[in-house]
Amino acid sequence: MTVTSAALAAWRGFRGTTWRTAVDVRAFIQANYTPYEGDESFLAGPTARTRAVWEAVASKFPEERERGIHDVDASTPSSITSHAPGYIDRDLELIVGLQTDAPLKRAIMPAGGLRMVESGLAAYGYTLDPAVKEIFTKYRKTHNDGVFDAYTPEIRAARRSGVITGLPDAYGRGRIIGDYRRVALYGVDRLIDVKHEELHALDDAFSTDPVIRDREELSEQIRALEELKRMAASYGHDVSHPAATAQEAVQWLYFAYLAAVKEQNGAAMSLGRTSTFLDVYLERDLAEGLITEERAQELVDDFVIKLRIVRFLRTPEYDQLFSGDPTWVTESIGGIGADGRPLVTRTSFRYLQTLRNLGPAPEPNLTVFWSPALPEPFKRFCAALSIETSSIQYESDELMRPRFGDDTAIACCVSAAPVGRQMQFFGARVNLAKTLLYAINGGRDEVTGAQVGPAYPPLTGEYLDYEELRAAFDRMMDWLARTYVNALNVIHYMHDKYAYERVEMALHDHPVKRTLACGIAGLSVAADSLSAVRHARVRVIRDETGLAVDYEVEGEYPAFGNNDDRVDGLAVELVRSFMEKVRRHPAYRDAEHTQSVLTITSNVVYGKHTGNTPDGRRAGAPFAPGANPMNGRDRHGLVASALSVAKLPYEEAQDGISLTNTVTPQGLGRTPEERVANLVGVLDGYFDARGFHMNVNVLDRATLLDAMEHPERYPQLTIRVSGYAVNFVRLTPEQQRDVVERTFHGSL
Amino acid sequence: MNGRAAPSGVISSWDLSIGVDGPGTRFVVFTGGCPLRCLYCQNPETWRMRDGRRVTVDEVMAEAAKYRRFIEVAGGGVTISGGEPLLQPAFTGELLRRCRALGLHTALDTSGLLGARAGDALLADTGLVLLDVKSWDPATYRRVTGGPVEPTLRFARRLAELGRPTWVRFVLVPGLTDDPGNVEGLARFVAGLGNVERVDVLPFHRLATAKYERLGLRFPLDGVEPPDQALLDRVHAQFRAHGVTSV
Repeated sequence: MTVTSAALAAWRGFRGTTWRTAVDVRAFIQANYTPYEGDESFLAGPTARTRAVWEAVASKFPEERERGIHDVDASTPSSITSHAPGYIDRDLELIVGLQTDAPLKRAIMPAGGLRMVESGLAAYGYTLDPAVKEIFTKYRKTHNDGVFDAYTPEIRAARRSGVITGLPDAYGRGRIIGDYRRVALYGVDRLIDVKHEELHALDDAFSTDPVIRDREELSEQIRALEELKRMAASYGHDVSHPAATAQEAVQWLYFAYLAAVKEQNGAAMSLGRTSTFLDVYLERDLAEGLITEERAQELVDDFVIKLRIVRFLRTPEYDQLFSGDPTWVTESIGGIGADGRPLVTRTSFRYLQTLRNLGPAPEPNLTVFWSPALPEPFKRFCAALSIETSSIQYESDELMRPRFGDDTAIACCVSAAPVGRQMQFFGARVNLAKTLLYAINGGRDEVTGAQVGPAYPPLTGEYLDYEELRAAFDRMMDWLARTYVNALNVIHYMHDKYAYERVEMALHDHPVKRTLACGIAGLSVAADSLSAVRHARVRVIRDETGLAVDYEVEGEYPAFGNNDDRVDGLAVELVRSFMEKVRRHPAYRDAEHTQSVLTITSNVVYGKHTGNTPDGRRAGAPFAPGANPMNGRDRHGLVASALSVAKLPYEEAQDGISLTNTVTPQGLGRTPEERVANLVGVLDGYFDARGFHMNVNVLDRATLLDAMEHPERYPQLTIRVSGYAVNFVRLTPEQQRDVVERTFHGSL
Repeated sequence: MNGRAAPSGVISSWDLSIGVDGPGTRFVVFTGGCPLRCLYCQNPETWRMRDGRRVTVDEVMAEAAKYRRFIEVAGGGVTISGGEPLLQPAFTGELLRRCRALGLHTALDTSGLLGARAGDALLADTGLVLLDVKSWDPATYRRVTGGPVEPTLRFARRLAELGRPTWVRFVLVPGLTDDPGNVEGLARFVAGLGNVERVDVLPFHRLATAKYERLGLRFPLDGVEPPDQALLDRVHAQFRAHGVTSV
C-alpha cells in the first residue's frame, strides 16, 4: 500500500511499521500505547459545557420513559445517509452525529422485518408511512419474510411453545462489532482500497455460491464505506483520510459506529475495545500541548453522551424479552496484553470516569476485562465505581486472552470476539427446563398439551427415576439441538440475504471467522430438577390426559449454588452434553458452534411459559438469570454461589457464562475502603477460580422497593441484570419484582 | 472423646461472608449453642445445641478446604463464630489449629463469657479475636445478655497480656446500650488494653425479625429504631477521644 501524505501528517510521532502497510489496529496499539499504573487522581470532573450538553438530553428522559419513546420518524427507512444532520446543541457539542435529525428521535429499519416496525409504531401511537409499507410488501422482501418462507412446521411449533425463544427472526441479529477504530487510523479511502483488493482477489475464483456471495458482499461493503464518507461530510467532516488529532480520532470512530446504528437495529450493537486505542491520540495531543486533561475528558464525556442516546424502535413485547430498551453498546476496557503489559491506559480511567461525570447509566455497557494481574489502582477504581454505580460488568481476561488474543471485545453481554476478525451469528437460546418437561411428557407441552417435540414414550412411574429421566432428557436434547441449529441456519441465511450488515462487515477482515452462537436458559432449574430426582424423591402429579403437570419433592436435595459437586456436576454435564449435541449439526457458512449460558432478562418470560418443574419451582415463576443459581437456593453466600458457577466449563460455552450478583453495601465490609478492597479480592478470587463473568450490583432491597414506588426519584438508578445493565425504573413491574426477589448476599 | 480422634462438634451452619466476620472473605462456621440470650441476637437458630448438626472436624475442614485457594487470592480467612464457640472449646480449638496449619488466617468470634475455657494453645492458633463486649455497665450488660460482664472483661485482660490481636465489637442500640457513660467506660477500658486494633460499632438493625418469625419467636427489640447518624457519630467520637480506632 502506498501511504499518502495526509496519512504521514496524521501519523506524526507514531511508532511501529507493520500496521502502516496492512490494516492492523492491534499492531498500532501495541507499538504506541502507554500503560498507566497510577491511580485516578489525574482525572477531570465535568465542565459546565459537558453538564449543559448532558442536561439537554437527560432532561428529556423522564418524558421518554413515560411515553415509551420520545419521537420517531415513521416515513424514512434508516440508512447511513437517510437523515439530515442532527445536533443536541451544535455550539456546545465537541463530537457530533445523531441517528436521525434530532436527539432521541428513533428511526425505522424495515429490512429486518416490517411487522416489528409496524407494531413498534402502533404501540406508541404512530402509523407507518403507506409508501414505505408498499415498498416493503410489494417490492422488497424483508429478513422476517424470508425466514418464515423457509421455517419448517417443527421449528414453528418449537418457537411457538417457547422451547426455543428470542430468535432473531423478526429483528436485526446484531452481535457484530465493526472495527470502528480503522476509520480513525486509516481513513475511509484506504479501507475502500483494501476492500477492492479483497474483491479482486476473487476475480479468478470460479463463481460458486460462496464466491458469488463474497463478491456481492464486498461490493456492498465498498458502497457502505462511500456512504459513510457522505454522512460524515454532511456534518462537515472529511473522513476519507486518517484522523490527525484526538478530537478527529474520537469523531471518526464515532461516525463509523453511527453508520452502523443507522443501518442496523441489531439486538446488540457493541462498540468494541476503543479506550486504549484513543488513548494514543489523546496522549499525543496532551504531549503536544493541543489539549488539557479537562478537554481530553470532555471529548470522552461527549462521545459517551452520544453512546448513551443510541435508540431503536422496538415493540413492547421485544422489551419484555430484552427489558429496559437496551442497545448493548458494549465497550471492553482493560485486560493484559500478550506481552504482559496491562492494556490499561489513562483513557480507560477516563471512560469509567463518565459514570461520575454524567452519573450512572446502563449504556455504554462498560465491561472490564479483569485479571488478578491488572494494576492495583485500576482494580480499586473499578471496584469503587461498582460500589457507587452498579454499572460495570467484569469478564475474565485470563480465559479470553489465550483463546482470542489481546484485541478481543465483547459483543452483547458475555460473548468474546477478536475485533475485526470474527463475527457471531446470534442464536438466542433454548429452554432446557422446558425440554426436561418434554422428556417427561414424551414431547408434549406441559402448558398446552400440544405435541411439540417427537412423540417418545412418556415417563409413567409414580416417582421419577433418575436413570430413566436422564435417558429421556438426553434423547429430547438431541431433538432440540437439531431443531435449533436448523432454525438458526435459516435465520442467518436470510439475514445475510435481506439485512446484511454492510458497514459493520466493511470494518472486518476478509475472510472473516464466524461462530454460531447458540445458548441455553434454565440451566439451574434443570440441574436442580435432576438433583431432586437423584437425591430426594419426586412424585409426579398427572392430569386426566396423563400429562405430568406437577411434582412433589419429598426430602432435601443439594441445589446448584452451594459449591456442592453432587449437583454442580450435573450442571457441568448438561453444558457439555448440549454443546456436543449442537456440534453434530452443520452450521450455515461453516460457522464454529458455540453456546452461552445467558438469558438477558428473558429469564422472566421463559419462566412464565414453563410449567411446574421437578425442583419444586412453580409454573410461571421466573428462572434464575443466566447461569445463576435459583433465587434463594444459594444459601451460603456470594462466594459459594459464584464458585458453583465457576465450575461450568468455558471451553464448552465460549459464547459466555453469565453470573449476576447483588450484594448489599454492608455485605462487602464496614468502611468504604474495606468494601473496595474486599470487592477487588472477590473479583480476583472468582477469576482465579476460572469464573468467566460477574455482574456486580451493590444495592439494598429497600432502595429498589423505594424506586418501584417513586420512579421519578431514581431516573439514573442502574442495575446489572444478565450481561447488561438497565435503568431499574424502565423495567416492567414483573421484572422489577424478579430483581427485588433475587438473592441479596449480605442480608440475613 | 479420646485424645487421638479428632473431636466432633455441633454446628448450626457455615457460610461465606465478606468483610463482616473479620478481614476479607471468610469461611465462617457458626457453632451451635450459646449461654447468652442477647436481645438483638441475629442468630436465634444457634441458641440451642440440640437444634444444630453434629459434624466431625474433618467434615468441616473438607468444606473449608474448598475455599482455601479463593481465600488466599481474595484475602481473608476462617472465622469460628456462633452461637458461642467456646461452649465447645476442644472442637473450636481443633478447627483453629487445622486452619492455621493450612496457612489460613483464623478468627474467633466470642462474647468472652466462657473465655476461661480457651486454652493458651487455642488462643495461639487464633489470629484475631473478635470480642463482642455488649456493654460496659454491668446492669446494662445483664439486661442485654442475661449474663455478667466480668468474665468478658477478664478475658479481654488476658488477651491483652498474651498480646493477641483483638477487635472489640459493640452493638449500638438506641435506648439500650447508647448511654454515654456506658460507652465511655468501654472506651476507657479498651484504650487501656493495648492489643485492641479497632472497635467495630455495629449499628443495631432489625433484619433478623423474619428469622424470629420463622422460629415462632418474637423479636424482643422489634419496636426499636436503628441508631441515627448523629448517635453513631457521637459514639465513634467517644471511642476516638481515647485514641481507639472506631469504625
